[in-house]
Amino acid sequence: MTATANLACKLEGLLGAAHVTTAQEDLFRYPVHEILPSAIARPTSAQEVAEIVRFAMAEKLSVLPAGSRSKLNIGRPPYRYDIAIDMSGLRQLVHYDPGDLTLSADAGMTLKALQQELGEKRQFVPLSVPFLGQTTIGGTIASGVDSSLRLLYGSARDFLIGAEFVDGKGAICKSGGRVVKNVTGYDLHKLLIGSLGTLAVITRLNFRTYPLSEAFASHVVVFPSADGALGFRSILENLGLPLSNLEVMNPEFALTFAQVLGTVSASVPAAFDRGGWIVYSSWEGNSSVVNRIRTDMENCERQFQSAQPQPLDGSQDRVLRDLFREAVPLLYTSFPHSVILRIVHHRLSKTALQQFSEIASKENLLNRLLLRPAGVSYLALTAANDLPNGSEVLSRAVSAAIAVLLQNGATYSLLQAPSQMMAQSNLWGPQSADVSLMNRVKHAFDPNNLFAPGRLAGGF
Amino acid sequence: MVELKALLGADNVLSERSDLLLYEFDGSVVKGQPEIVVFPRTTEEVSRIVKLAARFQVPIVGRGAGTGLSGGALARSGGLMIVFARMNEILEIDLENRRAVVQPGVVNLDITRAVEHAGYYYAPDPSSQKSCTIGGNVAENSGGPHTLAYGITTNHVTALELVLPDGEIVRIGSKQGDAPGYDLCGLFVGSEGTLALVTEITLKLSRKAEAVKTLLAIYDSVEDASQTVVDITARGITPAACEMIDGWTLVAIEDYIHAGFPRDSAAILLLEVEGLRESVAEQASAIEDVCRLHKAREVRVAKDDRERDLLWKGRKNAFGAMGRLAPCNYVLDAVIPRSKLPQALRRIQEIGQLHGLGIGNIFHAGDGNLHPLVLYDPRKPRDFETAIAVAEEIVRYCVEIGGALTGEHGVGMEKSELMPLLFNDADFDLMRRIHDAFNPDSSLNPGKIFPLSKGCGEIRTRPKSQQVVHS
Repeated sequence: MTATANLACKLEGLLGAAHVTTAQEDLFRYPVHEILPSAIARPTSAQEVAEIVRFAMAEKLSVLPAGSRSKLNIGRPPYRYDIAIDMSGLRQLVHYDPGDLTLSADAGMTLKALQQELGEKRQFVPLSVPFLGQTTIGGTIASGVDSSLRLLYGSARDFLIGAEFVDGKGAICKSGGRVVKNVTGYDLHKLLIGSLGTLAVITRLNFRTYPLSEAFASHVVVFPSADGALGFRSILENLGLPLSNLEVMNPEFALTFAQVLGTVSASVPAAFDRGGWIVYSSWEGNSSVVNRIRTDMENCERQFQSAQPQPLDGSQDRVLRDLFREAVPLLYTSFPHSVILRIVHHRLSKTALQQFSEIASKENLLNRLLLRPAGVSYLALTAANDLPNGSEVLSRAVSAAIAVLLQNGATYSLLQAPSQMMAQSNLWGPQSADVSLMNRVKHAFDPNNLFAPGRLAGGF
Repeated sequence: MVELKALLGADNVLSERSDLLLYEFDGSVVKGQPEIVVFPRTTEEVSRIVKLAARFQVPIVGRGAGTGLSGGALARSGGLMIVFARMNEILEIDLENRRAVVQPGVVNLDITRAVEHAGYYYAPDPSSQKSCTIGGNVAENSGGPHTLAYGITTNHVTALELVLPDGEIVRIGSKQGDAPGYDLCGLFVGSEGTLALVTEITLKLSRKAEAVKTLLAIYDSVEDASQTVVDITARGITPAACEMIDGWTLVAIEDYIHAGFPRDSAAILLLEVEGLRESVAEQASAIEDVCRLHKAREVRVAKDDRERDLLWKGRKNAFGAMGRLAPCNYVLDAVIPRSKLPQALRRIQEIGQLHGLGIGNIFHAGDGNLHPLVLYDPRKPRDFETAIAVAEEIVRYCVEIGGALTGEHGVGMEKSELMPLLFNDADFDLMRRIHDAFNPDSSLNPGKIFPLSKGCGEIRTRPKSQQVVHS
């Protein structure tokens, strides 16, 4: 019996034959940077997940949990990838108390299904994240992807109130609870956010829910230069309006956006084709709040002579909102020869933005830039498909861009890159002292290094 | 002692029994005395103290102002207490990016005082905010009335400087927040000083709202007041604060503060809405409707800042007024699902009546964070023991209906033995591994969070030698 057949046989003993596959055509659906697992296990309960982990521990195998598999390429390729645990069999909304605005749901439940159930009570979880049509709540939390509603509602750490998960010893553990305020014990569930499956297999998540807003509106304005766009953004920030989103995109990004918009909407707002800097904002609330913000926004816009407003009709409001939610995957699905950096800095200077532009121009690369709220930015450097030595050029440009970031005191992570570059990268730049503390956390959760080994910086 | 005095100067080291008495207590009903108390002024001094303590195998506990309510800052195993009161500088205020960098001994309210001229404030507002320190807030993950809308301490911390038990100084997080990798700030905030000592904190500053309205709803029945809270929550109205005080305790507060509270009601709700003018007007109106629907006898809106401040003064000094009702009180902290508020309040009164002790209620109703005050007289035989039994019964009930042991005061030594109500061996095993990853010898704040009782096997803390070498 081959090693793979042996593995399948043992897993089938745990889960039943219907819940295990080693068929090549199935394995090809679970790649992480082109690396395939040896087997796929499809548990239907936390107990079964725990059994798989205990089995992996006994057999010294590595495991990697997967949901809809939309974000498996975030992070580095794992050193080993033996068993993919497909969590889609755990998909119940286990507890929902609309009167308390709290819920508990299985990790394999899709975010869309969850939002549909909550929508019946006019509530939602403010996770407006990419791949909304597919992503599971477990994958959303484990990947730590940004929500486009973060400005108003905060990030997942602000409304994830508890979790159940299987640790590296195969035990079902929990943290937090189902109440909105709770300081009992260590907040271990916060560590799971963005952990890329390296700490535990998340089996259940508890969230605080929020009422759906009555009305929604958005606003687009174009500026001929970065100066105007950044100035306008700055004034909006200082007005203290409760915006739900505020983004700035450079002309190259706007053109990409226009192309995609053209495929989903008959009437693409002309603003995106003009070759200018776009400032997009959105807000929500009751109708009087929405109208008040619109008035303030228009007054603010009048202070800028160079501002070119883009009136939107109702359908464009919705299309734009959905596209801004999907903006980052749009960057890498449309342009695979790209390197994408997720940058965190309170305020990238105009000089830094100019330097990115010069770096790209020198190497004949496209430079797409999206400045999001809460100090998060995305920089995509893209090589033309036929650029000779494309990988080398990209690598050189990325090094130069990273040097600019470090000079400015920014932190960053490499979100997308050709597999080889991803494998060689340390993902987060120079190792700081806190990486050694993270290694302690990893070892405490997963003493045998079973979970997605090597997927994060520092080798864990 | 000799080395500590050489390091810090004799004025910054206490070891006389009479000097140590103050540090034996916090705001809770438990106590524990340190053998030495030191007052460092810099992170480097903290690091050197910790290295010294490690050499002599002396346990360490950090302490801010000692206002905690769970015994978190008490020396359960004796040893050395590091009091951060003299590390009280605001190191940086960056209004453009809405951040403040502070030392742990800075008093919570002083941060708001430093930035309010520019229209900013620090959001978490524990009732003790005039005296409690940010370091203590970080250790306990403190809340306050306005955390209903704005979150507790962890939601407002972006970076920390830590001193680990071996004296190493480490920085985690980033000024902006959202640093790559595991959310270490999320782990360390609320770890009750059991993983590291915090020596510098980067905080978010919030912008003051354009408009605010404070409402006082007066009820003839506790049931009606609590049903109002349930209904406000279920309708998705999110006030900035929603506090409840029962009528019995209101009289004592009014005698003490003269805040304008009624003397003949069964309960009041103190509600606040903030935001844009348009939003505040609509929310206040919606809340008023819900209050009247649930038979509020009267709904008053504070006319001006003076009236608003007075109402909040009444609420925030309420615990101090309890001395008028009984010589001592035990302030409990537990959380329940908000939909279960009416039944929980009924049960609390039943438990009090069953044991013959009065229980007042002054609490954060909007987020289900109960603070029953069990009144007792320590001069009466067994009164204190009965109060403890009452408290435990209430906490057990809260857990039974889906709640948690503590919403903002921490586990400390007060509730460590109740932790098995929520966590099983697997949970403790993992928490213990996390604890040991940073504090393997339990030299930092031993005897906290984890139960000491038999049956918990490996989860027992292992305090080091308590022997202290005196000069």
